[in-house]
Amino acid sequence: MTSGFLYGAIAFWLTAWAINEWLVRVKTKDRTAQQAIRIAVPLLFGISILVLWEGIVRGFNVPSVLLPPPSMIWTRLINSLPTLWADFRQTFLKSVITGYVMGCGLGFLVAIAIDRSPFLQKGLLPLGNFVSALPVVGVAPIMVMWFGFDWQSKVAVVVMMTFFPMLVNTISGLAAASQMEKDLMHTYAASWFQTLVKLRLPAAWPFIFNALKINSTLALIGAIVAEFFGTPIVGMGFRISTEVGRMNVDMVWAEIAVAAVAGSAFYGIVALVERAVTFWHPSVRGGQTS
Amino acid sequence: MTLREKFFPVLTIVLILIAIWYVAAVYLNAPFERDTVARAGTTITFSEIVPKTMFQARPVLPAPHQVIAEIWDTTFNKPITSKRSLVYHAWITLSATLVGFGIGTVLGILLAIGIVHNRAMDRSLMPWVIASQTIPILAIAPMIIVVLNAIGIAGLLPKALISTYLSFFPIVVGVVKGLRSPEQIQLDLMHTYYASSAQTFWKLRWPASMPYLFTSLKVAIAISLVGAIVGELPTGAVAGLGARLLAGSYYGQTVQIWSALFMAAALAAVLVIIVGIAHTAVLKRMGVKP
Repeated sequence: MTSGFLYGAIAFWLTAWAINEWLVRVKTKDRTAQQAIRIAVPLLFGISILVLWEGIVRGFNVPSVLLPPPSMIWTRLINSLPTLWADFRQTFLKSVITGYVMGCGLGFLVAIAIDRSPFLQKGLLPLGNFVSALPVVGVAPIMVMWFGFDWQSKVAVVVMMTFFPMLVNTISGLAAASQMEKDLMHTYAASWFQTLVKLRLPAAWPFIFNALKINSTLALIGAIVAEFFGTPIVGMGFRISTEVGRMNVDMVWAEIAVAAVAGSAFYGIVALVERAVTFWHPSVRGGQTS
Repeated sequence: MTLREKFFPVLTIVLILIAIWYVAAVYLNAPFERDTVARAGTTITFSEIVPKTMFQARPVLPAPHQVIAEIWDTTFNKPITSKRSLVYHAWITLSATLVGFGIGTVLGILLAIGIVHNRAMDRSLMPWVIASQTIPILAIAPMIIVVLNAIGIAGLLPKALISTYLSFFPIVVGVVKGLRSPEQIQLDLMHTYYASSAQTFWKLRWPASMPYLFTSLKVAIAISLVGAIVGELPTGAVAGLGARLLAGSYYGQTVQIWSALFMAAALAAVLVIIVGIAHTAVLKRMGVKP
């Protein structure tokens, strides 16, 4: 009986693959149909992965402590919504959002401030690039010592992690406007501030949004890691580390699912705002968001 | 851009940062000294506090020279095999980093080749590759460790797999971009030569993707190190830089935390520089003029 699950799953996966192969070859002029195909293909792939997972786990009788099947994770997710919501609120709404806004805002403001000083730029840019390559996550224990166990310390870690990408990208973005355009502003007798608002910031949006997208995933990772170093008794990182210890692997996976959905949604929202703001950029006009 | 023009601003900023660090160290460590004196029932002047804040055993913020002394002591004055040697811990983290980076590079390149040559893979895999990065890896880290331990795999490989998971993503994205970078006119030329797709790959696409590949490798190796360090956190690892961070945070050994952090930073810098050197060497062999 168990091998039936396995063969069924493999059959489903191969069928899904065949359908995808056929779908990407469909030529249609209809815009809605194109849109539907673009969404259907990855969706079908995702579903087939889940079915394959379920089939393999049941087919080989993998103990659920090692790898619970998706159906079991789903049941646990539905049954423990209040807990998951409390964790989500603590980690995401308090730590991630606050830290993200503060870190990105600070990086942006510092970039504007040192924009008028080439000396500071030359000094800070290599350092900023260097810090981007460092394991900033390592400051988490220090921040927990300084700011206590609650969400304030997580915010501090997220600010540390998001500040430098924003700084570096904003500085390179502000340099993106060409000399010709700056000369035009100069002939209009535009002040530095007017040039900034009307020309250089709009030209910098693609760079700034690049940093915002990178930071959206960094912020979540930073907050969860910081929770490994000490938390009150709520939060995604806390829940994951304790439930692993108690062998409730399905709960851990439910928490991971929530984190993944939250992270993807956060990234998606930033990407949508980007499309709206930088509608003039070639990468958007081509209908491709990179 | 002479060396002096480049070097001077950076040096200035670094010196300013060190000065700020000293002031902060005095400010943050002073309360402890005041408390000590208050308990003893005597008084203390500010000028007496300052030298004391420089040499506390467990400072809130260790002074720069304390950190440097600790790094020097644990790097050069301890035998490399000793558990107290920072070199020993750094090596454990580095080995996991390099194994993970190696697997991640191979996997990333293979996935990218599949994505470029198969439309169904492109449409179905790419969105999921992006989605995979929004899953906070740390969430999976404890799980991977627990699961692999249950199967009887412990030690280096689980940590390396976390590095792999983090590092394959930038490589996939970079190599896909690189393999698609040849102009249509070049592809047409290959077509007129009646080149097979394998020949087109080896003679055009692969060489064209080199700059993109190395740019991704720089990001990937830095992120691999972060992965290895984070992989050491939830495992309650007894060795490695991540373990030093965790142990330091448990026992309030701030000097130990900071020295582990600096060691990690130095490692990241060295790894990125090595990739950079390899990059210039490969481009030189390919006949690219610097």
